[in-house]
Amino acid sequence: MTGPSPARKRSVVVTPCGDGGPVLVRGADVVQDAAGTSHVVTRPVVAVCTCEKSQRLPWCDGTHKAVQRGRRRRDDTA
Amino acid sequence: MHLPRPRGPLSAAVVGVMSGRAVLDEAALAAEIEALPETVDVLVDDDFHLALWTLYELHYRPFDDASQDWEWEPGLIGVRRALEERLLAEVRFATSEWVHASMAARGDVAERLFALTEMVPGTALTSYLHREATLGQLLEYLQHKSIYHLKESDPQSFVLPRLQGPMKVALAELQYDEYGSGRPQQLHQTLFAAGLEACGLSSEYGAYLDLVPGPTLAVTNVMNLFALRRTLAAAAMGHLGAFEATSSEPCRRVAQGCRRLGLPDTVASYFDEHIEADAVHEQLAFRDICGGMAAEDPQVLGDLFLGAAAYLYSESLAGTALLDAWRDGRSSLLPDQESGNQSDLAAAVAS
Ligand SMILES: [Fe+2]
Ligand SMILES: [Fe+2]
Repeated sequence: MTGPSPARKRSVVVTPCGDGGPVLVRGADVVQDAAGTSHVVTRPVVAVCTCEKSQRLPWCDGTHKAVQRGRRRRDDTA
Repeated sequence: MHLPRPRGPLSAAVVGVMSGRAVLDEAALAAEIEALPETVDVLVDDDFHLALWTLYELHYRPFDDASQDWEWEPGLIGVRRALEERLLAEVRFATSEWVHASMAARGDVAERLFALTEMVPGTALTSYLHREATLGQLLEYLQHKSIYHLKESDPQSFVLPRLQGPMKVALAELQYDEYGSGRPQQLHQTLFAAGLEACGLSSEYGAYLDLVPGPTLAVTNVMNLFALRRTLAAAAMGHLGAFEATSSEPCRRVAQGCRRLGLPDTVASYFDEHIEADAVHEQLAFRDICGGMAAEDPQVLGDLFLGAAAYLYSESLAGTALLDAWRDGRSSLLPDQESGNQSDLAAAVAS
């Protein structure tokens, strides 16, 4: 068998994960951030941050959940 | 790995049989397990969980001093089953409040599972490791973690054939990442072993078994209770999701604690890897696996919540045991007696 030809490479699939959560990206080799810096993808699926609060941008680090917790607490006390 | 040092009548009986020193009286042992005195806390008891842990381990790696054929010995399976029934009943009872609240909640299954992870009270263990723990305490923590992390993700592999279609694909995708995404040096078990070695601890499988108390063993026992039984596959996946969904933020704190204490980067990078990896895994587990299972069969909903709540509760009991010990100025590990002490073992088996 020969190596994968570009034509046979699986397509890039992007899946959103609810409010404030990341988008899952499958099939990408590189993710480019807003500043134009390229980040190499090393795992089969990556979670790309959309809340912009991650400390490991462009990757999700779960911080959106802390943001949501904070918002809920403010709502409760409001 | 050697058979563990028994901690009471149940583990003495199991270890005695497996080492060939005692004959199994399955019915008597099962009756003893059914009639355990109320003073035995089945969720965390040392003797109970060491017995069950040793039986489960037959499915993973060999004991140097026991026949591997014990794995499918009907008598030992019967004993395991008796222990499991007690544990399952206690776990159901302890988590029922959260399971009921999640069942009563409306909306998306994944969102309800995420909400459940906020519902079950956790501990301040990783905050403590981040800011306050001594070097010795952080090393103790790694020894507790070695019980599971040297076989990280192996229990969930038993669940693969029990899922179908997209859920099987999602678990395989998650496991592929846990198993290094095609790069043996990135196997999470190997990353953890390298971290242990880098800070002078043993990476030998089971090296700290005799030192970890019941609550730590209970965390992997609850995992195996779900992972090895096909009818509890949904609980195994709820359990997996809750594990992943409460990992990224704590791992960041532990990594910072490792750096604060000047531990080699190899240790911190294990936790760094899990900040990013588990932010992916929590989505795969709760949305693609658990959400998919519930969409296919709404009957599994209760087991998804049971598994998630059981993980969170068992982990908080284990964390509390560590924090309590440290607060009292004690080690969270059991006293280090020379393991494999034959006369101790003989005395325990005879009792
Ligand atoms: Fe992992
Ligand atoms: Fe993970």
